[in-house]
Amino acid sequence: MTKLLAILFASVLVNNYTLVKFLGICPFLGVSKKVDQAAGMGVAVIFVMLVATAATWPIQTFLLDPYGLGYLQTIVFILVIAALVQFVEIVLKRYLPALHQSLGIYLPLITTNCAVLGVTINNITDGYDFLTSMVSSLGCGLGFLLAMVLFAGVRSRVEEAIPPKPFSGIPITLISASIVALAFYGFSGIITNIFG
Amino acid sequence: MTILTATLLVGAIGLICALLLVVASHYMAVKVNETEVAVRACLPGANCGACGYSGCDGYAAALAADPTLPANLCRPGGAEATEKISAVLGVEAKSAEPYVAFVRCGGDCDARGSISNYEGVRSCSAAKLLFGGASACTFGCLGYGSCTEACPADAICIENGIAHVDPRRCVGCGLCAKACPNGVITLLPARKQAAVSCMSQLKGPKVRAACSTGCIACTKCAKGCASQAITIENNLARVDPAACSACGECVSGCPTGAIRMLF
Repeated sequence: MTKLLAILFASVLVNNYTLVKFLGICPFLGVSKKVDQAAGMGVAVIFVMLVATAATWPIQTFLLDPYGLGYLQTIVFILVIAALVQFVEIVLKRYLPALHQSLGIYLPLITTNCAVLGVTINNITDGYDFLTSMVSSLGCGLGFLLAMVLFAGVRSRVEEAIPPKPFSGIPITLISASIVALAFYGFSGIITNIFG
Repeated sequence: MTILTATLLVGAIGLICALLLVVASHYMAVKVNETEVAVRACLPGANCGACGYSGCDGYAAALAADPTLPANLCRPGGAEATEKISAVLGVEAKSAEPYVAFVRCGGDCDARGSISNYEGVRSCSAAKLLFGGASACTFGCLGYGSCTEACPADAICIENGIAHVDPRRCVGCGLCAKACPNGVITLLPARKQAAVSCMSQLKGPKVRAACSTGCIACTKCAKGCASQAITIENNLARVDPAACSACGECVSGCPTGAIRMLF
């Protein structure tokens, strides 16, 4: 239990996919202009990460590994995740239109998001079992949500400031992102101190 | 042999995924309203959002669901799109009721107090970040002209610290309503009617302390309205545009002058 909690917190704060591992930067910069959009995207990513892990872990363990086809991991995972997200979108549209309204527009964006692929591959690389993988994915998703919402808050203030002309727009956004990322480095070591 | 297993496996997974998607899209397909598709075809697909919906798809869906909505909201499409949409929906092109923007605040520099001397960036959202703006009332117009900048028809001006909409120039696109960080601007049907020009949900004495022309929720207008178009919600009077007969009783009766006549 302690190990699961440690993994959860580690993937939210210490190994934050966006701010520490720099995966999923595209939506991080693209959809972080408003807090509500950032939160919607974050929730959608949590959802997709969980679904993707639930599908890819068994595939790796029961299909690829027994035949020694571990090197096909990337291509198979992309295929499965993309198809799965499409499938989930169809199902949501049919049975849960309200949820589709709020998450639907972000789902195609996430289809081949590198953060989602990264989570599923890292779960295998780290040798996690199924439950641990799911907890780790949840943590990564929560970390993504946290990073998105925090950065959307930062960005709404940056938008109002008037930086020197060469810095305005994307440059100042990247600079503020790097400062937020720097702040997250302050969390490294916190896990070993709490759970170690 | 290895290459054969790999090919077969990836092929099989791909086939299963494809079958899953085909079956899903066949059996779980949502019936798209045919009118919606036809209306969508009339729109230019710029997805600018000037109509007030999430994009061309959103506007088409709303129109298909309720053909009485104004069909003339599309700015890039202009009159041509309006005509086409009206033809599809079977409504007369001009029957759609136009809207105008209305500023729900009467607190100009004379009427409201101020709590600070703001000298920062001249933008409403920037001013709002600093303790809700310099005005003593945090609900009302901030007066730095974010709506003026957003207005494509040049219909809004800032006079004495408050936004004024020229209803004859206003095209009812609602971009100003989106630009206003306090949500002070609303769209009303473009005809003669009474409208409350105050947003403050505070209780009467607190409104009075901040602004001399705010709604103090005295209920005088609601009691005096012959067509019962006025309700008091959250310490604020609200006129139902559909029920208002534009008699002007509430406008002359309001002790603080918080109700104005549109047009």
